[in-house]
Amino acid sequence: MFEILKKTQFSEKVFEFRVHAPRMAKKAHAGQFLMVRIDETGERVPFTFANWNAEEGWIEFIFMVVGKTTQCLSELNEGDFIRDITGPLGQPTEVEGDSVAVIGGGVGLAIAYPVARMLCEQGKNVYVIMGARTKDLLILHEQFDALPLAGLFVTTDDGSMGEKGVVTLPLARLCETDSIDHAFCVGPVPMMKFSSLTCHEHNIPIIASLNPIMVDGTGMCGCCRVEVGGETKFACVDGPDFDASAVDWDDLAARQASYRGEEAVSTKRHEEACACQK
Amino acid sequence: MPEVKKYRPNIGAPRTTPNEEPAAERACDFRPVDTGFTKEDAIAEANRCLDCKKPLCMQGCPVGVNIPGFISKIRDEDWAGALETIKGDNLLPSVCGRVCPQENQCEGKCILGRKGEAVAIGQLERMVGDMAEEVGRAPVCKPKNGKKVAIVGSGPSGIACAGELAREGFDVTVFEAFFTGGGVLTYGIPEFRLPKKIVKREIDGLEQLGVKFEYNSVAGRLFDADELFNEEGFDALYLAVGAGLPRFLKVPGENLPGVYCANEYLTRTNLMHAYDFPVYDTPIRQGKNVVVFGGGNVAMDAARTALRLGADSVTLAYRRTEAEMPARLAEVHHAKEEGVHILELVNPLEFIKGEDGFVSAVKLERMELGEPDASGRRRPVPVADSAFEIPCDVAITAIGTMANPFAKLCADVELNRWGLIEADEDGRTSNPKVWAGGDIVTGAATVILAMGAGKKAAASMKKALLGE
Repeated sequence: MFEILKKTQFSEKVFEFRVHAPRMAKKAHAGQFLMVRIDETGERVPFTFANWNAEEGWIEFIFMVVGKTTQCLSELNEGDFIRDITGPLGQPTEVEGDSVAVIGGGVGLAIAYPVARMLCEQGKNVYVIMGARTKDLLILHEQFDALPLAGLFVTTDDGSMGEKGVVTLPLARLCETDSIDHAFCVGPVPMMKFSSLTCHEHNIPIIASLNPIMVDGTGMCGCCRVEVGGETKFACVDGPDFDASAVDWDDLAARQASYRGEEAVSTKRHEEACACQK
Repeated sequence: MPEVKKYRPNIGAPRTTPNEEPAAERACDFRPVDTGFTKEDAIAEANRCLDCKKPLCMQGCPVGVNIPGFISKIRDEDWAGALETIKGDNLLPSVCGRVCPQENQCEGKCILGRKGEAVAIGQLERMVGDMAEEVGRAPVCKPKNGKKVAIVGSGPSGIACAGELAREGFDVTVFEAFFTGGGVLTYGIPEFRLPKKIVKREIDGLEQLGVKFEYNSVAGRLFDADELFNEEGFDALYLAVGAGLPRFLKVPGENLPGVYCANEYLTRTNLMHAYDFPVYDTPIRQGKNVVVFGGGNVAMDAARTALRLGADSVTLAYRRTEAEMPARLAEVHHAKEEGVHILELVNPLEFIKGEDGFVSAVKLERMELGEPDASGRRRPVPVADSAFEIPCDVAITAIGTMANPFAKLCADVELNRWGLIEADEDGRTSNPKVWAGGDIVTGAATVILAMGAGKKAAASMKKALLGE
C-alpha cells in the first residue's frame, strides 16, 4: 500500500500526487515510469515520474482525468492509499547535444518537466516549448519558469495564453536560427509526429517519449509494442524514448485507441455509480 | 509376528476417469475442466499400481517423486502420509498434478501403459496435494541458520527454491514484480486448468514456513544484486525471472489492434480478470472469429480462453501437423472436445486491416512437411501459390519467448548468445553468490523443470553457504 502524502490540483482535470515510496525515490530517473493499480479490481496504468526525493522518501506523478481509472485516482485524497505502485520502469532519458529543445504537450508537460530539469543540471542550453489546447491545461508553468532556461515558449490552440497555434511554430524558429542541435518531445501523437517532421526538415535529431497502452510494463506481454524503424520494439523495456523520426505514428495512434469502446463503458458505469451514491 | 498381507494389484481394472465436466458446458466459463478424484476414485486407481520393484515412473519424474511410495499410502488411506511422501520431493503437488506433461514423464514410463493405460499418477498427485486442506500440515523447519537468501521471481522455480531453503532454516525473501505471487502459474495458466486459489494456497504455505514476499519489486530497477549483498545483508541470490519478451511472427499487420500475443491475452484474462469486465477495469477484445497461432500449451490455453470469452469460432493454426504439436495430449484433446478447430500445415503471411481499423482477416499459405530439422521434427515448407484468407477479428500469437531483459540488470552474470543466463546443473552462474534457474536458463520449458531447477539450486546454495 502506498500512502498519498500530498495532492495538488493544477487544473480542473490535472492532478499531482506525492506518494510515500522510499525505495522507488532512490532509484527514479527522468523519463522512467511507474505502474499504478488503484485497488483489487483496478487496471494497471503507466505514469511517468514527475519528481522524487530520496531523502524524504517520496515520488510524484501527474495525471489528467481521461477515463475511469484517472477519475477514481482524482477522487483519492491525502492520507488515502493506492493499492500497488511498481517501478521505476523503462530506460532513463538521455538527450545528446549542447543546446536542446524540450517540447511538452498537454499532460506530457509533466514528463517534459523532469527531463528539462535534468538537462539544465547537466549544464545544457535548454529551451522549453509548452503547448496545450487552452490556458487552463498549461500545467507546471511556474516550475518551468523557475528553471535556468535559455528560453520558454508557450502556445495554445485558442490563443488564451502565449502564442496562438501549435508547438511547431516556435520549434521551427529555433531550428531556423540554429539555436538547437537536439530535441525531445512528449505529448499527444499528432504533436509528436509534427514536431518530428519539423526537426527532420532541419536535420535536427529528436527523441519522443511514447505512451502506448501497457499491461505488465516489464517486457512480458507485448501490449506496448510500437513500430520503430520497421522493427517491433517494446516501449516498456526498449523505451519509452525512441528516435521520433523512425516511429510509425499511425500504428501507435491505432493501438492507443484499441479499447475506446470499453473505456467508455467503464467511465459511464463509474459515473452512474457515483450518481447513485449522491 | 503379525501376518503381512501381500498387496495384489487390481490387474485389468480400467483407468479411473477424473469426473470431467461436459465439454459444451465447461467451455462457457472458467470452471475447472474436471473435479478430479474422490477418495474412492483415488483408492481404486492406487490399486491398479503394480508397485514395481524398479519403478520406471520415478525415472520419468524430473524431481524424482517417490511415486510408488505415495501411491501405497493412498491404498492405506494414509492421506497425511501420502502428502508428506510427495512433499519430500515436490512442494507443489496440487500444481504439478494439474500441469505436468505426465504422458511424457511418469505416466509415459508406467509399465501398465505398454499394453493398456498407465496409472493416473497426475490425478493421484493432484488429489493428494488438494488433501492438504483436510489433513492440515504443521510447517516443519530446521532452526534458523542465520543465512539470508534473496529470490527474484515468485514463479514455480522461485517458490520451489524458497520452500526448500525455508525448510532448511534459511531466511528467505522473494521479490516479485507483480502485485501478487505465482508468476506464470498466476498470469499464464488459466483458471480452468489451475485454479488461482490453489496457487494462493501454495504461497500461503510458504509464508507459514517464514518466507517473506515483497511484491511490486522489480529487480534490476528497484534494486540489484550488489545492493542486496552489501546493503541488505543477503548471502546469496537465486534468479528465477522467467521467460521474457514474446516472439512475434514478423509478418505485416501484426501490430494491428486485435492482434494479441498470448502473454498479453492470458495476462489480461488471468491476472487482471478481464473476463469480468467491467467489474474489473481491464478490458479485452471479445472476438467472434479467433485465430491462434502455435501448437504448444500456451496456444491451447489461449484458444480455450477465447472460447470462454464467448468466441463463435476458434481456429488453431499450426505450421506442422497435430502429431508434431508440443502441447500436452490432454490439452489438445480438451481443446478439440470443447470446439477448437485445428488447422494444420498453414503459415501466416499477413494480417488484413478491416474498416474499423482492427484486424479483419489473416492471409495464410499451405505448408507440407519436408526433411527433419534440428529438433528432429519434419520441417514445414510452403506450398507454392497456396495463399488463402480466413476472417478473424482477434488473432493471438503463441510462438514462444525470448530472454527476459531484466536478468542482466539484476546481477553481473554471464549470458549466452540468446541472452539466457549460463548456469550449471546446480544453477551456479559465473557469479559465486548468484544462482539461476527456470526459463531464464533453459528458455521456455515446463513448470516441473523450473521447479526441479529451484530445488537443485537450493541444495547447492545450502552446500555453499553452510559448508556441508
